[in-house]
Amino acid sequence: MNRAFKILSFQAAALVAGGLMMTTVSVVTHAAVAPAATTVRIDNFSFNAPLVTVKAGTTVTWVNGDDIPHTVVAANGAFKSKVLDTDDRFSFTFAKPGQFSYFCSLHPHMTGKIVVKA
Amino acid sequence: MLDDMEDNRRGFLKCMAWAGTGALFAFGGGVGTSVGLDSALAAPLKSTPTRPFTFVQLSDSHIGFNKPPNADARATFREAVAKVKALPQQPDFIIHTGDVSQLSRDDEFDDADQILKEAGLPVFFVPGEHDMLDPDGGKAFRDRFGKGTKGDGWYSFDHRGVHFIALINVADLKPGGMGNLGAEQLKWLKADLAGRHSSTPIVVFAHIPLWTVYAEWGWGTDDATEAMKLLARFGSVTVLNGHIHQITQKVEGKIAFHTARSTAFPQPVAGTAPSPGPLKVPTEQLHSMLGITDAVFVRGSERIAVIDSTLA
Repeated sequence: MNRAFKILSFQAAALVAGGLMMTTVSVVTHAAVAPAATTVRIDNFSFNAPLVTVKAGTTVTWVNGDDIPHTVVAANGAFKSKVLDTDDRFSFTFAKPGQFSYFCSLHPHMTGKIVVKA
Repeated sequence: MLDDMEDNRRGFLKCMAWAGTGALFAFGGGVGTSVGLDSALAAPLKSTPTRPFTFVQLSDSHIGFNKPPNADARATFREAVAKVKALPQQPDFIIHTGDVSQLSRDDEFDDADQILKEAGLPVFFVPGEHDMLDPDGGKAFRDRFGKGTKGDGWYSFDHRGVHFIALINVADLKPGGMGNLGAEQLKWLKADLAGRHSSTPIVVFAHIPLWTVYAEWGWGTDDATEAMKLLARFGSVTVLNGHIHQITQKVEGKIAFHTARSTAFPQPVAGTAPSPGPLKVPTEQLHSMLGITDAVFVRGSERIAVIDSTLA
């Protein structure tokens, strides 16, 4: 009897632990599903998605696919990348709604815009 | 109308030939001529009674660039400098019209400096947009190559009666725009030109072309016309630019415009490719692409002969 109780209590402990693990997993899954990240590629001296609309809280990542360096600079000063050489990335999280025009400060004819909605 | 245009063609420009690694300019009797370095090596310039002087323009060395079509932009820059060194008539100085470096890194500036020292000549610089990438937006370049300059790096100097003006059109560029001189620099230019005799030959150099070669690729300078208005009264104005890695040339009134080839890699002719990125020619073709000699001859009227500043 005493032994059986021990086994039962071990199983209960395992169940509790398993339940905790499941809770943790579900949180991670929820975060991954949320549309909180998007990518803008830079190819052939242009932002390949010149107008992107995202929800507040989204992280936008720019990736330079050119053999020539570029930058990503907000016209209103909200963000400014370092120089991005080939395959370099720059990310910025848009916390609040608004419109963010940006350009490449080396090649200012390259322009784009991020629209952030609530 | 045509007569008016002829009247305005006081500017005299004679380009015998161009080479990809640099352009050699000679001044004699107020008349600017240019020959490719290869031609100059093959046939030394004839001396004239006015003891012409020469200077060399190098451009777009992109030290640090190591992708197709050029795995070693240092090596090709060194070749260009070796050609300058081998000229039978040594130029008085070199001008470098920007994009000295690829990424404004200290080691790139160091190497460019060391390679240029091999020529043993004074060098006058303007930055390209690739030279403005340090956190302070060009301070690293100015500290090294632009000591004593004004504003974002502009300056002028006189050499044997020719007035040289270095303009900066790669600073504080505006979204959607092209090259930009800015109000402060234009004000300085106006003051710099004030009081100079209109017969003084003028050479202006800047990185991005000071006329619109191709707006879709940003190959121009938004407020260049403001500078050209200030220069319009001068009888001989030569504008030297880089940035587009190929020879283009235009004569408008008394102002002759040139762009130089890069010493690092060629770029496509305007509008002939999806982007102005490096023209990826096969390795065995690189030197011939850089070294193609383009013969251009533009005849002006005889009026240039009235210029009264000699360069002796």
